[in-house]
Amino acid sequence: MAGLATIAALGAAAWLASAPLSLDPAIAEAVAAPGSASAGRIVFFAGGCDSCHMSPGQSDPLRLGGGRELKTPFGSFYPPNISPDPKDGIGAWSAQDFAHALLDGVSPSGEHYYPAFPYTSYRRMSAPDVRDLFAFLRTLPAVAGRAPPHALAFPFTLRRGLGLWKRLFLGPRAFPDAPGRDAAWKLGRYLVEGPGHCAECHSPRNMLGAILAHRRLTGGPLPEGKGKAPDLTAAGLKDWSNADIVEALASGFTPTGDSLGGPMAATVRNTAELPPAYREAIVDYLKSLPAGAWRPGE
Amino acid sequence: MKRWVLAGLALVVGVGAVLADGDAIVQRRKLMKANGEATKTVVAMLKGAPFDLSAVQAALKSYGEAAATAPALFPDDSKTGDTNALPAIWDDKADVDARFAKLAADVKAASAGIVDEASFKAQMPALLKNCGGCHELYRAKKS
Repeated sequence: MAGLATIAALGAAAWLASAPLSLDPAIAEAVAAPGSASAGRIVFFAGGCDSCHMSPGQSDPLRLGGGRELKTPFGSFYPPNISPDPKDGIGAWSAQDFAHALLDGVSPSGEHYYPAFPYTSYRRMSAPDVRDLFAFLRTLPAVAGRAPPHALAFPFTLRRGLGLWKRLFLGPRAFPDAPGRDAAWKLGRYLVEGPGHCAECHSPRNMLGAILAHRRLTGGPLPEGKGKAPDLTAAGLKDWSNADIVEALASGFTPTGDSLGGPMAATVRNTAELPPAYREAIVDYLKSLPAGAWRPGE
Repeated sequence: MKRWVLAGLALVVGVGAVLADGDAIVQRRKLMKANGEATKTVVAMLKGAPFDLSAVQAALKSYGEAAATAPALFPDDSKTGDTNALPAIWDDKADVDARFAKLAADVKAASAGIVDEASFKAQMPALLKNCGGCHELYRAKKS
């Protein structure tokens, strides 16, 4: 009897602890103002939305019908339609709905999103960038049709459990102070750790799929199980000059005359669209990272 | 009779020669390495290194040879080993072959069209996009 009561109490506690948090009222207010679609275009390419959300089987990065399969150790994810279609996409969303999804990983109906959607990084994004991105997405063509439901293994099918995952692994929105760092470095940190979500592929993860904080950006196995995303800390980039990395992010070519491939090919199509100062800022930040050491199997 | 023996012997020797340098993975790596070296020069010139038409033509020759010979360098027994080639190549060999054919056509057009620095800067970037197209879908670097 006491056992049953304990289980019931634990269940209730888990249910409460896994509840989605609501959107920060300050953010809700900040994103209510009209955004700039032209500024949002840059945010779009900094965020690489198309890499997951563009309709498969065609080459226009601005057709965001979703449905491209993303294979992970937990099963297959099918990123949703984020085109302005009011029925199948996000055309009926408010700016607050969008901000809540991007920054907290919560859907308009109050469900948790899986962190295959990298809100773990996107939550670093500024309210003006979120607002501008939303304005830009609204200018894109509406695409009809929905992505298939995710095909995951139990118990990952239980979305509510993600509330507990977020309590364990979702970091703060604000960056720590960085005294002595200049504006370019701070822009680079913002782009890499926020919209660029570089660490999502370039880091090893634990069994629950969370990035190992002390191995952040030291490289990781690609989520689709094909090869490895390389170390971006000083150890991995020791043979790359700043100009080499800037070039790779602009044209896709490495110092050995190779071209970046795999998922990075799509990423380069995005970084190529950024203002040159953004690519330089990204490199400033990456080059400042102390050498890490990821040991496979850790 | 003697002639037939000689012909047979020549055939055996010929086949042996093909097999000797026929390790497809080694051959592929050699081609790609040559292309990388060529591209290093080309990218440097696009970034502002002094323009050298003969170096551009040498690079185009390297790309052309790769495009012509590579389709035959993916036999079914070359899927595993010291290679970054993905199994996806053999799932859609027709697409891979079509991409090499497009590369060959693009190289031919560029060889005719690139005559000076201005035409080089105008035409080379589009040609180089062919590299990433296959590396995106058909290669996974292990390190």
